Amino acid sequence: MEQTVEFATADGLLGSVWLLVAIPLVSAAVLLLLGKRADRWGHWLGVAAIGAAFVLGLTYFFQLRGLENKQVQTSLWQFITVGDLKVDFGLLFDPLAAVFVLLITGVGFLIHLYAVEYMAHDEGRRRFFGYFNLFVAAMLLLVLGNNYVMLYFGWEGVGLASYLLISFWYGRPSAATAGKKAFLMNRVGDAGLAIGIFVLFAQLGTTQYDEVFNGVGSMTSTTVLVLGLLLLLGAAGKSGQFPLQAWLPDAMEGPTPVSALIHAATMVTAGVYLIARSNPIFSANETLQLVVVSVGALTLLLGCIIGAAKDDIKRVLAWSTVSQIGYMFLGVGLGGGAYALAIIHLLAHGFFKANMFLGAGSVMHGMKDQVDIRRFGGLSKYMKITWLTFMMGWLAIIGIPPLSGYFSKEPIIASAFEREGWTAWLFGGAALLGAGLTAFYMTRLFVLTFHGPKRWTEDIEHPHESPKLMTIPLILLAAGSVVAGGLMTLNDGVVSWLTPVLGEEAGGEAHGVLSHTVITILSILITVLGAGLAWFLFRTGTATEPQPAGVVVTAARRNLYTDAFNEAVFEKPGIFLTRALVFLDNRGVDGLVNGLAAAVGGGSGRLRRLQTGFVRSYATSILTGALLVVAAFLAVQAGWLA
Amino acid sequence: MSNFPFLSVLTVAPLVGALVVALLPRKRPDLAKLVAFGWSLLVLVLSVVMWFAFSAGGDRFQFRESYAWIPNWGVRFTFEVDGIALVMLMLIAILVPLVILASWHDAESSKRSVPVYFALLLVLECTMIGVFAAADVFLFYVFFEVMLVPMYFLIGSYGGHQRQYAAVKFFLYSLVGGLFMLAAVIGLWVVGGKTFDWQTLSQAEFATNTARWLFLGFFLAFAIKAPFFPFHTWLPDAGGAAPAGAAALLVGVLDKVGTFGILRYCLPLFPEASRWFAPWALALGVIGIIYAALLAVGQNDLKRLVSYTSIAHFGFIGVGIFAFTTQAGTGAVLYMLNHGLATGLLFLVVGMLIARRGSSLISDFGGAGKLVPVLAGVLFFAGLASLALPGTAPFVSEFLVLIGTFTVNKPVAVIATLGIILAAAYVLWMVQRTTQGTLNPALTEVEGMRRDLSLREKVVVAPLIALIVLLGFYPKPVTDVINPAVQATMQDVGKSDPAPEVGSVQEAAK
Repeated sequence: MEQTVEFATADGLLGSVWLLVAIPLVSAAVLLLLGKRADRWGHWLGVAAIGAAFVLGLTYFFQLRGLENKQVQTSLWQFITVGDLKVDFGLLFDPLAAVFVLLITGVGFLIHLYAVEYMAHDEGRRRFFGYFNLFVAAMLLLVLGNNYVMLYFGWEGVGLASYLLISFWYGRPSAATAGKKAFLMNRVGDAGLAIGIFVLFAQLGTTQYDEVFNGVGSMTSTTVLVLGLLLLLGAAGKSGQFPLQAWLPDAMEGPTPVSALIHAATMVTAGVYLIARSNPIFSANETLQLVVVSVGALTLLLGCIIGAAKDDIKRVLAWSTVSQIGYMFLGVGLGGGAYALAIIHLLAHGFFKANMFLGAGSVMHGMKDQVDIRRFGGLSKYMKITWLTFMMGWLAIIGIPPLSGYFSKEPIIASAFEREGWTAWLFGGAALLGAGLTAFYMTRLFVLTFHGPKRWTEDIEHPHESPKLMTIPLILLAAGSVVAGGLMTLNDGVVSWLTPVLGEEAGGEAHGVLSHTVITILSILITVLGAGLAWFLFRTGTATEPQPAGVVVTAARRNLYTDAFNEAVFEKPGIFLTRALVFLDNRGVDGLVNGLAAAVGGGSGRLRRLQTGFVRSYATSILTGALLVVAAFLAVQAGWLA
Repeated sequence: MSNFPFLSVLTVAPLVGALVVALLPRKRPDLAKLVAFGWSLLVLVLSVVMWFAFSAGGDRFQFRESYAWIPNWGVRFTFEVDGIALVMLMLIAILVPLVILASWHDAESSKRSVPVYFALLLVLECTMIGVFAAADVFLFYVFFEVMLVPMYFLIGSYGGHQRQYAAVKFFLYSLVGGLFMLAAVIGLWVVGGKTFDWQTLSQAEFATNTARWLFLGFFLAFAIKAPFFPFHTWLPDAGGAAPAGAAALLVGVLDKVGTFGILRYCLPLFPEASRWFAPWALALGVIGIIYAALLAVGQNDLKRLVSYTSIAHFGFIGVGIFAFTTQAGTGAVLYMLNHGLATGLLFLVVGMLIARRGSSLISDFGGAGKLVPVLAGVLFFAGLASLALPGTAPFVSEFLVLIGTFTVNKPVAVIATLGIILAAAYVLWMVQRTTQGTLNPALTEVEGMRRDLSLREKVVVAPLIALIVLLGFYPKPVTDVINPAVQATMQDVGKSDPAPEVGSVQEAAK
């Protein structure tokens, strides 16, 4: 285990890896600063920038393959140099970063292309591409940084882009609110990540990956646990994991290409990236790993259950994303060889989920922006390409061999069963149950949309297939959904590619509580069972109006009351506190000042009015103020002595 | 070039300009504006030259000048600057021309003289430069008090709703603080060997109790000026009533005199007392961060909201100063600059919005982004800078303050970090209520809301945006100037940075 991490210096072609970030960033700046002057050609500039980044990314990838030490870094300039704190604008290109770069720019390019047509009739298309490019730049910085501050830089950058794109149609109050909610919940996670960075500096005097990883061994186990939990908080916020999952489904207020790229394929997987990148920290503490695994297992079930009760096509897909990222968290929490499995699932998910989101967009395009799956039905005859490509995504996500999802999800389930004792049954069982539920709700979605009787609203007569610019990306992503999983696991390809970052798989063939063959058979069985049940129930369509439901379904429709919990525990008391403080500040603290002034000056009429009747509030405010100061003083003292 | 008397010239020049502008005929307001603007540009050019003449790694204090004034009391016109003061002088030089340009039509709505308005802005510039350049305690005190006068008239004569009340409150509140300081200044003179020279006084030793009382006198004045919780209630009134340009200077620069004063006078002159009071000061700072941010969320007036955000930011600066580490201290000073740029921009752009609508109530807006997209975009950018998003300058300073504080005091740093969540809340909610959502039908009927940013207004905001982004990506030129001064100040206090808790990785690597 005690191996030191050593990064080589990026030279030659790889020394220009910063171009990956710079190209989309410059394009974004041009699009946003030129304003209306760029309206005619702006979207093509946006597409070209991501295309160029993808070609460049491929070039760097092949360059890296030829290197002995596959972890190369470069420093662009000194960002912060104060006392012992030295943070550079530094980039690290290694196997993990490389696969993310290819995912972000590759899938990103296809989605950009799709958006040219999808956003064609929107007057804000240029602005859209500006934000979209800004997102790609920030996301690339996030995965390319060679220290935690750069990661944080990109982390908040993608948060900004996500906010801008969720509330892209800012004239809709729901979109504006959803954007704000996403940013705020993310900031809760960001605060955790930030404090994690402070811990690193206080402990090790550095934030740079290699120095941090080499220093993990010298930290106490408690410190590692606290540090890991802080990073996990950040990861959960960005990736929509329990307890910070509520923003992700609301994020579907943004245009569908945004949901596909940011809230399915790339940004929301940043939490998985953070944990995989920090694997020396997470592997160093078993309690920490147990927490990560629990968060993953809990969230994957939560997402399935809620997803099964939703009728909005994008929200079903969003909860499915929450659930699938739960699988990835499960993977990175299991540690050892499962890190790479989680990354493989992440990449495969990028394909099939982007595929299905764009498919949903294509359906909406043909159905006058209808999103209610109860109002679809029978679309397979009208949108053949969308239907077939969506089918590939559906078969992939539920894990039918030999499609992608089978190769990427099943090994995670198997790994969960390799844990020791009862936790193997608990987490393996949860993962297995999740597979069945996934098959159920995804089949429900697929059947209700494309098969069964038409339940369209009256204004739709003949839904049309989308134009080529939208179907070509669909076809390419569908191809990815079919073959990516198989290709990535062929000869352990991606696993061994990632070895320099994630370490060797410990102990070769591990023995779980069940043999691998049994798990494979079980997971296929439960998948077929779930899918078959859904097909049987929904083959004849469904009612178009909300139906009365039992306790479980009602709870699922209301997101298992997680939103209600947030509202009751954080939002309402927060608003009350704010109002109370505004009152206290005006009448109490300031009243005291004015009262003093009045006492000194003999009192003017205005001040006399303020003074009378508020004696009690003075007293309260003096007391509150005194308590506040004393409490804060004690906190400070505690810190001072510690 | 370093022999050029930069500081005295910089102090006097705006005063001369003010006299010229004030003497211009009242019927030629445009001429007055042009002269004032040109004059402030000259000050800016001179300041830029001084910036480059300052040697970042050289002596702590540079450009020293000293002239006799009141020999009997040992009072002299002594000027000199360290890196901290230099940065503040640059901030003044940058903000004043932009404020003049932004206030082009502000004085016209009042019935008072337009030239006098611009003359007052230049007088204010003179006193602000003087207070940062002074190296004689008495001279500092004089500038500290005189500074109130132009601001009093700017608020009281040219302000908005409740301007008289706000101006008197501002003046009296500051004056009370000033009296405490005056007592401390006299006390210092008595026990410090009958001199007001900063250099001499900083070498003097005082009895423990004496030093603590003197510290308290200075600190009270500075805590009111900054302002720190619970001495903050004058600021929302003053900031809400002042014309937007004056408010930008009030919050952007004037208030920094408080935090600057702590760094220049409290810490080096009374090191033991500073350490003794530090926990209390930290407590006030951290309360301010959370308390003012919560209040900002609850405001329904744009200018009062921005004022409260500033009080929260001053909490960060206070924490940064009293954490006594290089990172936190450098962060605090950088914060003073960045806050001036970011909140200056925020006040100016909010002013542009209010001028169009004729109201500062948030509920009078709604969906304004549809009407004035560029203005809404700039407002959003200023908001992002205010919530310290990476890529904007305030991120660097906030990060430095927090990380530097964390190494010595974890609870304070953790509570302060919660402030970044609240910052997102007040900024985004303000943006949502003004520029997003359904278009408020009343807005379409207001003539002004149909005009997006004019060329003049774009010229005002562009340099600030450019600086905020530039310093957000490459703060080194400024931190290199600040850092030695902060390190010297920390040495004065007798504090050094803690070593990494489990041994330095960099050393192990070697």
